[in-house]
Amino acid sequence: MQLRIEPRVTTSIVIQGLAPIIAVTMTLVLGGILFAAMGYPPLETLWAFFIEPISTIYGASELLVKAVPLVIIATGLAIGFRANIWNIGAEGQLTIGAIAATGIGLYFPDQQAVYLLALMFLAGCLGGLFWAGIAAYLRARFHTSEILVTLMLTYIAALILSWLVRGPWRDPAGFNFPQTALLPPAGLIDPIDFAYRVTGSVYFAIFALIAMWFFVARSFQGYKLAVGGAAPRAARYAGFSEKSAIWIGLLTGGAAAGIAGFFEVAGPLGQLSPIISPGYGFAAIIVAFIGRLHPVGILLGGLFLALIYLGGESVQLGYGIPAPITRVFQGLLLFFLLASEFAVSHRIVRVKEAH
Amino acid sequence: MDLFIAIFTGTMIAATPLLFAALGELIVEKSGVLNLGIEGMMLIGAAIAFWLSFNGYSLGIAFIGGALAGMITAGIFAVVALSLLANQYAAGLALAIFGSGVSAMIGTGFGSTPVETLRPIDIPVLSDIWLLGPLLFKFDVLVYLAIALVPATAWWLNHTKSGLVLRTVGESPQTAHAIGYNAIRIRYAAVLYGGAMAGLAGAYMSVAYTAIWVEGMTAGRGWIALSLVVFASWRPYRVLAGAILFGGMTILQLHGQILGLPLPSEVLSAAPYIAAIVVLVMISQNRSRMRLDVPASLAKPFRADG
Amino acid sequence: MQAMTRRLELTNITKRYPGVIANDAITLGVSAGEIHAILGENGAGKSTLMKIIYGAVAADDGEIRFEGKPLGVHSPGHSRHLGIEMVYQHFSLFETVSVAQNIALCQDGRLELTALGDRIRQTAERYGLVVDPDKIVFDLSVGERQQVEILRCLLQKPKLLILDEPTSVLAPQAIDQLFEVLRALAKDGCSILYISHKLDEVRALCDSATVLRNGKVTGDVDPRQATSHELAVMMVGSDLPMTKMPKTTVSAEPVLRVKNLSAEPFGEKGRKLSDITLDVHAGEVVGIAGVSGNGQSELAVCLSGEALDPNSLIQLDGADIGHLPPDRRRKMGLAYVPEERLGRGAVPTHSLMQNAILTGYVRGLAHMGLVKKARARAFANATIDRYSVKTNGAGAQANSLSGGNLQKYILGRELSLEPRLLIAAQPTWGVDVGAASFVRQKIVDLSRNGAAVLIISEELDELLEICDRIHVLSNGRLSAAIPRGEATREKLGLNIGGATLHLPGSGEEPSDAAAH
Repeated sequence: MQLRIEPRVTTSIVIQGLAPIIAVTMTLVLGGILFAAMGYPPLETLWAFFIEPISTIYGASELLVKAVPLVIIATGLAIGFRANIWNIGAEGQLTIGAIAATGIGLYFPDQQAVYLLALMFLAGCLGGLFWAGIAAYLRARFHTSEILVTLMLTYIAALILSWLVRGPWRDPAGFNFPQTALLPPAGLIDPIDFAYRVTGSVYFAIFALIAMWFFVARSFQGYKLAVGGAAPRAARYAGFSEKSAIWIGLLTGGAAAGIAGFFEVAGPLGQLSPIISPGYGFAAIIVAFIGRLHPVGILLGGLFLALIYLGGESVQLGYGIPAPITRVFQGLLLFFLLASEFAVSHRIVRVKEAH
Repeated sequence: MDLFIAIFTGTMIAATPLLFAALGELIVEKSGVLNLGIEGMMLIGAAIAFWLSFNGYSLGIAFIGGALAGMITAGIFAVVALSLLANQYAAGLALAIFGSGVSAMIGTGFGSTPVETLRPIDIPVLSDIWLLGPLLFKFDVLVYLAIALVPATAWWLNHTKSGLVLRTVGESPQTAHAIGYNAIRIRYAAVLYGGAMAGLAGAYMSVAYTAIWVEGMTAGRGWIALSLVVFASWRPYRVLAGAILFGGMTILQLHGQILGLPLPSEVLSAAPYIAAIVVLVMISQNRSRMRLDVPASLAKPFRADG
Repeated sequence: MQAMTRRLELTNITKRYPGVIANDAITLGVSAGEIHAILGENGAGKSTLMKIIYGAVAADDGEIRFEGKPLGVHSPGHSRHLGIEMVYQHFSLFETVSVAQNIALCQDGRLELTALGDRIRQTAERYGLVVDPDKIVFDLSVGERQQVEILRCLLQKPKLLILDEPTSVLAPQAIDQLFEVLRALAKDGCSILYISHKLDEVRALCDSATVLRNGKVTGDVDPRQATSHELAVMMVGSDLPMTKMPKTTVSAEPVLRVKNLSAEPFGEKGRKLSDITLDVHAGEVVGIAGVSGNGQSELAVCLSGEALDPNSLIQLDGADIGHLPPDRRRKMGLAYVPEERLGRGAVPTHSLMQNAILTGYVRGLAHMGLVKKARARAFANATIDRYSVKTNGAGAQANSLSGGNLQKYILGRELSLEPRLLIAAQPTWGVDVGAASFVRQKIVDLSRNGAAVLIISEELDELLEICDRIHVLSNGRLSAAIPRGEATREKLGLNIGGATLHLPGSGEEPSDAAAH
C-alpha cells in the first residue's frame, strides 16, 4: 500500500467551511507556542488575547467598532477577488475617502447643514472610487498590473495625508500637532449609545453584506464577474466584457474602502492625523479570504480579525507584548488558511503499489 | 561638484538594496513563481541583521544572518505556495504582512541606538584619484557585489544549463517535469535564493544604509523591486538601469531641500512611487513584447502528478 | 526470424482505473526494424498502453520484456536509458528557447551548443529532416516542431520509438515526409510503435498491426493484407450507422456572409488570415477542412466576435456584425462550439447549471439583470437528458466530466439555443464513436430545420460525411468550395497541402519547402 494525495473534484459546503476553522485553530495553537517562547504563560496570554477583550459589553462594542470597517471593505474587495482582480490598495482608498470626507466636513460653507453627513459620505465614496479608478483605468487601458498600482497609490495616499495634516489642513489651534481640526458636530456620527463608540455604521456593514450576497448570488453582473475570474477565456467566449469586469472589480473595493474611511473619520476619529487606520485595508484582504469570499464568512472573518486587533492592544497593556503581534497573527492566519485550503481540497488515497 | 558626487554616490547606495531584491525576485519569477512578499522578507532581514549588529556581532555575520532570515521566511512562502499549491498572490501578501509584524516585534527593543555601519572600501591610490576616486572607488563592498551580480545573473541565466533549466521551468513546469526535471525542487531553490537576496537587501538597509532602526524602514522598496522586475521585462541589465533610476528618485528627496526645490518634502517622497506607476504603464502598453518576456507559467501553481 | 528474441514483448498487460479496464490482458510483440501499428478509436486504451511501455504509468498485471529482459517497475528515464523513446501527441518543447537548447535539456553534461548543433545537423541530414538548431521553437510551425521532437529522440540512438498519433497535426505532404523518415529509421533497425486511428495511414506505413477496442486486443493483422472495412469492424465492433443527409433546400440569401475578411494572427501559434470570402445559407452544412494552425482559430474568433474587425464585411441575416461583440452576435442567433471545451466552452469549476447560463443567457436564463437559477437548472437537465451526458446531474462541476461528455453537453447547450447560425470547431473530437455519429446527426438535423451550420474540422472523413459543401483553409487562405459528391479525400488533401506549396513566400515554411 502506498499513499497518494489527489485533488477532490467536488467539495462540499461543510468542507469549505472547515478550512477557516482549521486555520483559526492552528493560529491559536501556534500563537500559544509563540507566547510560551517569548516567556509568557501561554494559556493565560491566549485568554488575555482572545477572551478578555470581549468579556465586557464595552469590549464587545469595541469589537464592532473594529469589525465594521473590515467587513465593509472586505465585501467590496471580495467582489473584485471573485473576478480575479487584485486590489490590494484598499488602505490607500480608505485614506483618500477619509480625506475627501474630512475636506467636505471642514470646509463646506454651511457647517450646520443637516445633510453635511450625507455629503461627506458621498465624498468618501467618491474619493475611494477615484483612487481605485486610477488603477482600473490603467489596467483597462494599458494592462498595467493593478496589484502594483494600487499598492503604490497607497504609499502616495499616505504621503498626501501626511502633507495635509502637517501643512494646509493643520489645525491652527492644535499646538502644532500634525492633525486637522475636529469635524463640526453636524459632520460627526453620534454613537448608538454614548457609553460606547459604536455608530450606525454597523447597519451599513450589514447592508453591505446583504448587497454583496445579492450581487454575487443573484445578479447577472455578479455571474459575469465570477466567470471572468474562474475562466477568462470562457468569459471572452460568452461575450462578457473584460474591461467592465476590471472596472467593477476595482471600483466596488474602492467605494467600500472610501466609505469605510468616511465612517472612521466621522465616527471614532473625528479628525485626521498622519495615521488613521491600523491597516484595515490590508486586514480586510485577509477577512475576504478567510470568509472565502462569501458574505457570512466575511462577517465571521471580520469579527475574528477585529478580535486580533483588540487582543493585540490587550496583551500590550497587560503583558507589554509589542503591538505588532497583531500583524504577526494576521500573517499567520492567512498562511494557515491557505495551507488548510489545500487540506480540504485534496484527499489522501491509497494506491496499490506497482509490483 | 561635491553635490554631484554626493548625488551620484547616494544614488548608487540607494540602488543597492533594490538591486539585490529585484535580482533575487527576477530569478524567482523566471522559475514561474510570483512572490509578492519581498517587503516582508526585506524587513525581517533588516531586523535580524540589525539585531545581530546591535548585539555586537560582526557586520559579516549580520549580513549573513539577514540573508538567512530572508531565506527562511521565503521557505514558509515556498511550502504554502509550491507544496500546498496556494494562490501565490495571497501567499505573498501573507508574507508581506507577517514580515512587517515580525520585524516590528523584533525592533521594539532597539530604540534609536545606532549600530556600527559598513564602511566604504579604501583602495590606496585608486580611491584618491580626483573625481574618479570618490565616484568609483569609495563604496562599501556590497555596492560592488550588487553591481557584479547583474552580469553574473545574466550570464547564468543565458549561458549555463542550470539557468536554461530554470527558465524552462518558468515557461512550462509540466514539460520540464515530463522530460525529467524536478520542477518543484527547482522552484523551491529559486524562491529560497530570492528570499536570501531580499534578506540581504533588508540587511543592507538597516546596517549599511541607515544604521538606525525604524519600524517599516524599507518603506515600500520591496514593492518597488517588484515593479522593477516588470519594468526590466525580466532582464538583469535593465534591472540595473531601473534600480539606478529609482535610487536617484530616493536621493532627490534627501537633496531636494539642498537643491532648493520649492516643493513639500512629501512630493519628493512620492516621486519613486509615481515613477513606478509611470514606468509600469509605459512597459505594459506594449503587450506583444511583454508576452515573449514574461515567464509563461508565472504565478500558476504546478502539481507534479497529473 | 522466429528463433530470435523480439525487441519488445508484452504478455497479458492489464491496467485498471476506477470503473474501467483501460488495458485488458494485452499481448503483442515487435521485432527489430518492424513498424508496428496500435490501431484503435479514442478511448480504446492505446495511450495507456504506450505509457506503460514507456514507464510513465505502471501496469497492474502482466510482463514487459525488452530485448528478452523483463522490465520491472521502470521510469521514463530508465526507458530512455535502454533506448526507448516516445514522441507525444502534445509536444514537450519549450517555446522560448532554441531547438539546440531544447535538445540539450534532454542530454547529460554541460551546455555545449556548437558541438550539439553540428550533431543535430548531421543527424537531420541523414534522415532527411529539416531542423535548424539555432531557431527559437516559438517561430516553428507544428510540423517543424514535430521534426525537432523526433530528432531529439534520434540523437539518443533509440531501439524503439513510440509515436502517439503523430499525424493529427500534419498536412498531407508533411505526413509523407514523416513516413519517409520512419522508414529510413526502421531500415536502420529501429523498431517503431505507431499509434493511430487512421486506417489508410496504418495501411500505407506499417508492417503489422494490433487492433484494440475497449482495452482488449481484437485483432493481430498485416494491415497491407486487410481491407479498410475489416480493420474498421475490428476497431469499432460493428458497422456504424451513416449520418442521414436528407435533401435540403437552401435559402436564397446567405445567413452568414463573409467578404474579404483579413485578420492578424491570434495567439502564439496563429496564422494571418487573408481575404476570406464565405457564404453559409440556411439549410446547409458548410465545412472548413484543413490542419489546425492554418487560420482556423482566427476565423472562428472573427466569426464569434471574440476578435473584432470592423473593416471586414461579416453579415448575419443581412445585418453587419463585424463590429459587434460576441454577446450581441449571440442575441442575433449565433451559437458557437469552440475547440477547447474546458476553460473556454465551459468554466471548469462551475456546475453544469451555471455553465448553462454562460451562453443560455440569450434564451432567458438571465433576465432583467438577474440570473434565473431554476430555469438554468431545467435547461441543464434537459440538455443532459437529450444528449445522454454521463454525469451526476446539473450540479456536477464541468471538470468532473470526461472530455467527450463535456463536449456533448456544450454542443447540446448550443443546439438547444435554436440558433440561426451554428459554428462548431472539431465537434466530435475525443467523443466516442457511437456518440460522435449521434452528434453529427443532430448537426445535420439542425441545418435541415432551417439553420445555417459551419463546421471547422481536421477530420476529413467527418466533413465528407456531413457537409453539403467543403472549403479548405490553408495558410490563412480559403479555397473555393467543393460540393458534396465531388469532394473526395484526394481532392481536399491536395488543397490542404497545395496552397502551401504554391505560396510565393514558402521560405517561411521549411517543413513544406522540404516536400518539394
